[in-house]
Amino acid sequence: MSKLLRLNGLTKAYPGVIANNAVSFDIGTGEIHALLGENGAGKSTLVKMIYGLVKPDSGEMEFAGQPFAPSEPRAARQSGVAMVFQHFSLFEALNVAENIALGMENPPRSNILSKQIREVSAKYGLTIDPDRLVGDLSAGERQRVEIIRCLLQDPKLLIMDEPTSVLTPQEVDTLFITLRKLQAEGTSILYISHKLDEIRTLCEHATVLRGGKVVGTCIPSQETAKSLAEMMVGAKLQTPKKAATELGQPLLKLENLSLQSKDPFGTSLRNITFMLRAGEILGIGGVAGNGQDELMLALSGEELVDANAISLKGEFIGQLGPTPRRMRGLLAAPEERLGHAAAPDMSLTENSLLTAFYRQRLGRRGFVNKQASENFTKAIIQQFDVRTPGITNTAKSLSGGNLQKFVVGREIVQNPTVFVVNQPTWGVDAAAAASIRQALLELASNGAGVLVISQDLDELMEVSDNFAVLAEGRLSKPQNAKGVTVEEIGLMMGGSEIA
Amino acid sequence: MIRLEPRTEPSRAMIALTPILAVLATMIAGGILFSVLGKNPFEAIRMIFWDPVLGEHAFYYRGQILVKAAPLIMIALGLSFGFRAGIWNIGAEGQFIMGAVIGAAAGLALYPSQSIFVYPIMLIAGTLGGMLWALIPAYLKIKFNANEILVSLMLVYVAFNFLAGMVTGPLRDPDGFNFPESRSFQQWDAASNPELIAGSGIHWGVLMTLGLVIVAYIVLTRHIFGFHIRLAGQSPRAAKFGGVNPNKMIAICLGLSGALAGMAGLYEVTGPAGKLTTTFPLGYGFTAIIVAFLGRLHPIGILLAGLLLAVTYVGGDVIQANLSLPKASIQVFQGMLLFFLLAVDVLVHFRLRFKRGI
Repeated sequence: MSKLLRLNGLTKAYPGVIANNAVSFDIGTGEIHALLGENGAGKSTLVKMIYGLVKPDSGEMEFAGQPFAPSEPRAARQSGVAMVFQHFSLFEALNVAENIALGMENPPRSNILSKQIREVSAKYGLTIDPDRLVGDLSAGERQRVEIIRCLLQDPKLLIMDEPTSVLTPQEVDTLFITLRKLQAEGTSILYISHKLDEIRTLCEHATVLRGGKVVGTCIPSQETAKSLAEMMVGAKLQTPKKAATELGQPLLKLENLSLQSKDPFGTSLRNITFMLRAGEILGIGGVAGNGQDELMLALSGEELVDANAISLKGEFIGQLGPTPRRMRGLLAAPEERLGHAAAPDMSLTENSLLTAFYRQRLGRRGFVNKQASENFTKAIIQQFDVRTPGITNTAKSLSGGNLQKFVVGREIVQNPTVFVVNQPTWGVDAAAAASIRQALLELASNGAGVLVISQDLDELMEVSDNFAVLAEGRLSKPQNAKGVTVEEIGLMMGGSEIA
Repeated sequence: MIRLEPRTEPSRAMIALTPILAVLATMIAGGILFSVLGKNPFEAIRMIFWDPVLGEHAFYYRGQILVKAAPLIMIALGLSFGFRAGIWNIGAEGQFIMGAVIGAAAGLALYPSQSIFVYPIMLIAGTLGGMLWALIPAYLKIKFNANEILVSLMLVYVAFNFLAGMVTGPLRDPDGFNFPESRSFQQWDAASNPELIAGSGIHWGVLMTLGLVIVAYIVLTRHIFGFHIRLAGQSPRAAKFGGVNPNKMIAICLGLSGALAGMAGLYEVTGPAGKLTTTFPLGYGFTAIIVAFLGRLHPIGILLAGLLLAVTYVGGDVIQANLSLPKASIQVFQGMLLFFLLAVDVLVHFRLRFKRGI
């Protein structure tokens, strides 16, 4: 197989950290090549160098036999490199064709472009109507727009950054069919993911990065998911275990909770009904943007709902704000760590005050007790192994995984009656993710009710007693997590079979 | 060439240093301005900063510094809370006027009573007057999401005209030969705010200001309300998650800044100004915005910045009198101070890198 892209000794250092250290590997023509690694392993930096967003300090690249040193993404695109980013860059208020035209150097007339879009989408099975408004599309459809945008440039190398993190299992299957078609036509694909099963089914070769260095290459189909993960982490992994417990008293009940979303492209909640018992972990799956954020706001008290829609231990709390709900034992950890769950520029001690001041009595008559709040913060850091030089460091100075441990730990240390957490391990390295899941399991076995909202199905299957899916603002009937198959979940996520 | 490189953490040294840099830059640019106007720049700068404090006639000016600094600091303290929370009250001048007018009206209704309750009643009425005036933009922002910057600013001009209407109408001194001014409070003991120590400039408002600096410092650094204020400004969504009601925050911040501006207005009209006239507003409400930012929105910083701006006010009088420079030149000078402060603030978050070549 001939080589399309050859990387030789690529090094890039930022102040205080070497993001890439002498990285070398090859991608063959028509090969699907996986790039594996934990957060912070240097995957993004490497990809940015190939796409011309970052210049390497040293080392060289060769593309189709020619020396390759793109000074900007435009140069990379002209050579035949295209990239689908993890976070889409689409304007919700424009339609599909307009969005695609915005990303082109010389967009053709709109009717010609629409025709081209239809041709490409038919050829690769990427069903999309060029006249639809992007704001009305699902995440999977938006990704198709991004892919079509790349395919119109006729790329030789397609880079995909975590492409399946927002897709249902069925959408993943469709994507894989498209990628295999591209591969058959001789297009190379650099596939970045931490979903190991996908890499095992799709990719021919894998390069594993850890700490900015290539620590291994392998043929994924000959490895197990566990061996790949251990290669990534560089250590043996423990799977969290839940002690079998009897479910106790009902703690939290939602009855016909409806909430109009304030965001024009948000999802309104419709008649959400469920019950959470003591000792239970209820997992709520579903693709992002189907009402997860709204459900979180309705439960944390940031959005008020009908008083009777939410009850905690028999008391109706729908009209209570965040602080009174916390006082009654309903604690929450939102998905967005910086800016929502924590204030980026404030110290960890100050961020403790954010949710714990009243419940933990960290002061009197509104005056903050410095000693008490520092002790509380130290307790979180110690119990949850948060790596930080000190409690006066700002929240944003922590790595994603450490901040997540802090945000989750801050609530668990407060001994919640019911704990609601959205995306508990999103963007967190494998070791930290395992310790957070373990903490959730322990919390439940100590008699609390835990509601886990997540897009990571493996995670939900691992921790949940019962499982439900949020689709288009409606919640499916919770069922025992042991009995559901991935196919059933996929159908539920697509919005069908909603009880 | 010079490049700006983002700092990983904001520089604490620069936070303290930039106000001083701004003052120096203002002196240089101001000196250029004065020399273009045909004056000796060194003499002018000396007259602005040196003469009022330590010059030959300083005994005459020193009292004036406290008289001017007190309202600036009092108003700026109130504004700083809102500014920290991202609530922009630009209309303190209007609240200052309304506090003076409402407080004066409450007092004049009791004329010529010599009861000891007259002054407290006036103080409460003035404070409430300023507060209610500021609650108009608060209400419109909460109810209709109207921009408080525009509404509060426009209400300044309404207040101007309200003042003019009052001193030519209901509040005009009946024994005043039809001059557009109210009765003098200086000549009515129960309603006057006299200089407590002759020549010092200290009146009740100065003492109140010092007390408020201490209270503001404690609230901001020790109390959960100060924490919520900072939180709402830095991270509004985290504040909401933490249980801070954004609408309540708008009402409290605007109400508080209006109340302090109104109180300052009342001390001014009963003390240094002595009576309501159409020329009563001196722009303290606007200059206080400079004071708040120059003082880094911190009570102690505001105390120092208020004194500095008061010096430039008095110094402005000196150059006006001695060098026959126009009054506008000192206003430009004060404006430059804010301009340079905002400009050098970039050094807090960025460092300069000198590089050769491209």
